[in-house]
Amino acid sequence: MLCATSRFLAATALRAQPRGRGPALRCRRRELHFPGHPEPPLCDFLTGQLGRPSVPAGRRAILRRGRMPPAVGGGLAGSELRARRGRCGSQAARAVSPDVAVEAAARSHKQPAPGSRHFEAAGRWALLALVTLLSFATRFHRLDEPQHICWDETHFGKMGSYYINRTFFFDVHPPLGKMLIGLAGYLSGYDGTFSFQKPGDKYEHHNYMGMRGFCASLGSLLVPFAYLTVLELSKSLPAALLTAALLTFDTGCLTLSQYILLDPILMFFIMAAMLSMVKYNSCADRPFSAPWWFWLSLTGINLAGALGVKFVGLFIIVQVGWNTISDLWHLFGDLSLSLVTVGKHLTARILCLIVLPLALYTATYAVHFMVLNKSGPGDGFFSSAFQARLSGNNLHNASIPEYLAYGSVITVKNLRMAIGYLHSHRHLYPEGIGARQQQVTTYLHKDYNNLWIIKKHNTNSDPLDPSFPVEFVRHGDIIRLEHKETSRNLHSHYHEAPLTRKHYQVTGYGINGTGDSNDFWRIEVVNRKFGNRIKVLRSRIRFIHLVTGCVLGSSGKVLPKWGWEQLEVTCTPYLKETLNSIWNVEDHINPKLPNISLDVLQPSFPEILLESHMVMIRGNNGLKPKDNEFTSKPWHWPINYQGLRFSGINDTDFRVYLLGNPVVWWLNLLSIALYLLSGSIIAVAMQRGARLPPEVEGLSQVLLRGGGQLLLGWMLHYFPFFLMGRILYFHHYFPAMLFSSMLTGVLWDTLLRLCAWSLASSSLARGIHTVGIMSLLLGAAYSFYLFHPLAYGMVGPLAQDPRSPMAGLRWLESWDF
Amino acid sequence: MLGFLQRPVVVTADINLNVVALTAVGLLSRLWRLSYPRAVVFDEVYYGQYISFYMKRIFFLDGSGPPLGHMLLALGGYLGGFDGNFLWNRIGAEYSSNVPVWSLRLLPALAGALSVPMAYQIVWELRFSHCAAMGAALLVLIENALITQARLMLLESVLIFFNLLAVLSYLKLCNSQKHGPFSLSWWFWLTLTGVACSCAVGIKYMGVFTYLLVLGVAAVHAWHLIGDRTLSNVCVLCHLLARAVALLVIPVIMYLLFFYVHLVLLCRSGPHDQIMSSAFQASLEGGLARITQGQPLEVAYGSQVTLRNVFGKPVPCWLHSHQNTYPMMHDVAAPLSPHSQEVSCYIDYNISMPAQNLWRLDIVNRESSTEVWKTILSEVRFVHVNTSAILKLSGAHLPDWGFRQLEVVGEKLSPGYHESMVWNVEEHRYGRSQEQKERELELHSPTQMDLSRNLSFMARFSELQWRMLTVRSDDSEHKYSSTPLDWVTLDTNIAYWLHPTTSAQIHLLGNIVIWVSASLATVVYALLLCWYLLRRRRSICDLPEDSWLRWVLAGALCAGGWAVNYLPFFLMEKTLFLYHYLPALTFQILLLPVVLQHISDHLCRSQLQRSLFSALVVAWYSCACHVFNTLRPLTYGDKSLSPGELRALRWKESWDILIRKHQ
Repeated sequence: MLCATSRFLAATALRAQPRGRGPALRCRRRELHFPGHPEPPLCDFLTGQLGRPSVPAGRRAILRRGRMPPAVGGGLAGSELRARRGRCGSQAARAVSPDVAVEAAARSHKQPAPGSRHFEAAGRWALLALVTLLSFATRFHRLDEPQHICWDETHFGKMGSYYINRTFFFDVHPPLGKMLIGLAGYLSGYDGTFSFQKPGDKYEHHNYMGMRGFCASLGSLLVPFAYLTVLELSKSLPAALLTAALLTFDTGCLTLSQYILLDPILMFFIMAAMLSMVKYNSCADRPFSAPWWFWLSLTGINLAGALGVKFVGLFIIVQVGWNTISDLWHLFGDLSLSLVTVGKHLTARILCLIVLPLALYTATYAVHFMVLNKSGPGDGFFSSAFQARLSGNNLHNASIPEYLAYGSVITVKNLRMAIGYLHSHRHLYPEGIGARQQQVTTYLHKDYNNLWIIKKHNTNSDPLDPSFPVEFVRHGDIIRLEHKETSRNLHSHYHEAPLTRKHYQVTGYGINGTGDSNDFWRIEVVNRKFGNRIKVLRSRIRFIHLVTGCVLGSSGKVLPKWGWEQLEVTCTPYLKETLNSIWNVEDHINPKLPNISLDVLQPSFPEILLESHMVMIRGNNGLKPKDNEFTSKPWHWPINYQGLRFSGINDTDFRVYLLGNPVVWWLNLLSIALYLLSGSIIAVAMQRGARLPPEVEGLSQVLLRGGGQLLLGWMLHYFPFFLMGRILYFHHYFPAMLFSSMLTGVLWDTLLRLCAWSLASSSLARGIHTVGIMSLLLGAAYSFYLFHPLAYGMVGPLAQDPRSPMAGLRWLESWDF
Repeated sequence: MLGFLQRPVVVTADINLNVVALTAVGLLSRLWRLSYPRAVVFDEVYYGQYISFYMKRIFFLDGSGPPLGHMLLALGGYLGGFDGNFLWNRIGAEYSSNVPVWSLRLLPALAGALSVPMAYQIVWELRFSHCAAMGAALLVLIENALITQARLMLLESVLIFFNLLAVLSYLKLCNSQKHGPFSLSWWFWLTLTGVACSCAVGIKYMGVFTYLLVLGVAAVHAWHLIGDRTLSNVCVLCHLLARAVALLVIPVIMYLLFFYVHLVLLCRSGPHDQIMSSAFQASLEGGLARITQGQPLEVAYGSQVTLRNVFGKPVPCWLHSHQNTYPMMHDVAAPLSPHSQEVSCYIDYNISMPAQNLWRLDIVNRESSTEVWKTILSEVRFVHVNTSAILKLSGAHLPDWGFRQLEVVGEKLSPGYHESMVWNVEEHRYGRSQEQKERELELHSPTQMDLSRNLSFMARFSELQWRMLTVRSDDSEHKYSSTPLDWVTLDTNIAYWLHPTTSAQIHLLGNIVIWVSASLATVVYALLLCWYLLRRRRSICDLPEDSWLRWVLAGALCAGGWAVNYLPFFLMEKTLFLYHYLPALTFQILLLPVVLQHISDHLCRSQLQRSLFSALVVAWYSCACHVFNTLRPLTYGDKSLSPGELRALRWKESWDILIRKHQ
């Protein structure tokens, strides 16, 4: 299902744009030097490039049609500056000077050199390097602590080990993330021998740093990615710096990046996809150029990565899809483009954003199944046919007769996972529970009591008698199933089942195979025509009780002690197609038939792919919260209501607590509200036809378009959780938090600029932007200084104790550190 | 001011006979032999019990929807003089003579009948021809499933009525917007839109979908208003405010009003009390209030109290102990929840273990730190002094040795606030004297003022609404449940009733010609819309601007109405039935004549083609009439068919038509 949905979403996804040749040069130059920004010196450069009367007019037309790819936006800002400078140079100089000041503040080691473009570019590279370095430094600091398993490391570390040991396992997430963890472990010399039993177990001599280091480096890259994305969207260095600072100094992102988890990998792909999408939007004025293709296909690759780590990668696919659709829609409306060109655009996007990601996604599964070729803990979740692939499984290399015949001894397995084999034993249903006949249950383990003999309903002769010819069982036949060990027939009647009301009881009845007409079942193969033979492993069959018309199924409910805590088998009168009532034949013994190797029956790759998705989706749906347990609710997350204990409880333990830096998070929350407010004011003003001054218009475009994309990202990564029935955790919010932080960066920079502009006449304006951004930066840094023990580990008394270093920092009672 | 005196008073009656005729046939089709069958049909058994509760004014809790729908049905009972004495226990049970069947079924039937002329009005207000409008109404008229659903004591027809009313009044509003904004009729239609929306929501939560659709369309129109530079800022503000009040404030107030009436009506305690909090129960007559009335408010040392768990899941329960001991030695871990501590009553069992029986009291909903523990009102937590574990209901049932009672544990991990850790005092007795006899006497005589009558309406509303949304029904399987995919092609039906002796029977079964053609029309609409949109994007306008706008608005309301009332069911996990599709179907039927007229007007090139097309439409409609007539015995249940005839009616393998084996 999910797979299909993703295909649909990706299919609806596409984007790009062409435009005059003039800006194309600009684009390439910017690609070569550095992601562009309209900082004063560059503006000069742009102004020089754009000093043709025709260009601004064209750009306005674009704006009015409702699209402003960032590259054009950059050009716009440049032209605005030019216009403004034309009118009143001094004001323009004032308006842009805060940037310079901030830059100067941010890199005190380097003098701003207004004249030299190379110097400028080098400065930007240096700044990017600084941001990256700081991010890596914070993430790798005390990475080895604690030297024991923290929280979900017990799962994902274990799964990494499974890849190294090549044993098959089952997990509700797609395989890419765990494969990468396994690869990192393998390359760093971890041998896969650590058992990852439970949180708190010491790693001792095992080399776990490779896996943690891998996750930490991907986690560290989030900061430069966010920095570049914001730079591209807002063309403002302070905004980008603010975003980078918020993320670097967020204890939550930091903690989540330091352990062997899927989240840093997932967020890496999400942010990389976002960055490449924004980049290729910037190249829209030069379609089909090398950088355009590069960013477009990189977007596709990252989408495959995001979906390959967790299914929530779907949200970024929706975002890219939406972006692409609106882009194509605008291209389609551009009458200067021929339909052939539009068709080319469409094809390019189908190739890069649908075909390529699908191929890669499928490839990860191919690798997954290729690597995991040994039987392991995940076998039982999959169908019998699937298990035949795994070496060490008893179905592997087995040979059994292919088609079911009368007299065959078989085991019958339910198709729903974790239900098991149809089973009976020499115990009766207790007094008062239906008829007092022999129990029929399902049982997860292999056992002689799982064996049944297929007989014809009307004769009791032994079909294995050599004088009889072999007669195959066919779809639609009336049969009797005799329990081999006790010689009783599978039987049902109008008595209520032991646990499920309205269903009928299923029992073992009769003596030596002689029972009554309630022992007759019609055997049907799902989706097959009458008269077809029945294949072991592959055929999905149903047993329909002839007298009552009900269907044999297992309710999945555990019977009490009298039923040995095996699962209930019932006959359901509701003829709904559910997996609970579909079975397949697994073992098959019939001396009269030739054995064939099971390899013939092995499922093909598409079938494996489909099956594993079904199993994963079912597993995900199975993760339901219990009633009386405290569970994290989506509304808790943005307000940082409660964290997650990664390690330790008591005051003697080494404690790590996943909690967002409250200053950063509450600033983010405030920013979303402010954004909605300011955004709607601007939108209404524009709709009313208010004439905005060019400076304000440029800024409001950044706010509406750039900020809008980020807001969309936040919403897509947050709101769907409200609809999810499965159990949720705090860390599910972090992808949304990245978008929210980027929005904060864009919003505050823009708001401060607007503020500075409105006070332009006073001498105060000059400093407002600088002071504002600086105080936000410092605030984030200081709060990080306060809260860093959450991430780097706390020992000693808990926070309610005044002697604790965290005393006074427990701002909400719900935080327990 | 006095101008009306100078001119004669003239009343101009403008009667559209079409509407009158449609109303008449609508009434005929829905009211004909309304009190037949005189037996409980399908979900009447479910709604009936609530009507009885209303008649007896006993409090109940029903998670299936807000109270307006139940109250409207109860109104029918009230008008018919129903005393509420009937045992609603089985489908097919004969009604006793005190049950006014006709008046109970009247309201849904009227709603169903009025949907017919409203379909006409809507298509007309969408600015399509009278012919198309007539077609829409006639299609609604002969839709078997709508008739079945309307003729019984069920809520879907009322919901559909208010859905249509909301759309109709919004359209009237739009059309009067052009000539007279802020005129009397403009205000009327605006207010009616809000009222109809709130009624739709008040009948079933599903009504929210139509409400959101209307809100969405109104938002788009408001956005255009904002962009209209000919209007002054003040004028735009007035428009927006008027809409906000009518479409946002009025529905909220109305919704609260439904609950207010509901709570005023149901003032006696009843079988569902236990689910509600102690404070709520104490606000009802009888039941808990009889015990708690007059008991002391503030808990003091020496008080005798019962402690009720606030969470109330899996069942409401009270802190309890009895003389039996845990079967094992005193272990630290709780019997069923190994992560938590065991809780026990402890006297010296000769086990060398220091007594750990001090608990710190933490009033959760305190307003100041000096607050006193109050009966019923205070929600408290008990924190174990030695281990700071919190007394909690784990939700697990103890085995037989614990008499299947629920397990209570000390929660050590204490991840935040959870209602299962919170308790409140329910019964409270306090005597001052030390003498045993006097004390007992004191304990049994009411001492203090009545405390729990002052629970505010908002507190009661929010608690009731919350419980209604979270209460779970566990019957997940039903013989006639279906999936949304079955509905579009009518692959399923529901047997509503079978005559006790003959084979006369009532089924929820649609007019398959209409269902299939309505689905087809939706597909055609979607394809045409895409085609036009793409062409317009390349500046090729196939339609004149006004008919394009008409086409889009009709689609937004009709196809949109179908989509919002249908697609959300794919996300729902509850048991679904065919009747859930009826609101969506109604909107889809409205789209059908719209598409037909569009094809005739714009896609038929010549007069000949047009005539041919009209002939086809007439033939198709007669076909629908024929199907209606064939399925009529299953809709009205008035005629006993032979097994052969019944078998002949089973047009689809998946239809379950009841055939008696032994006649």
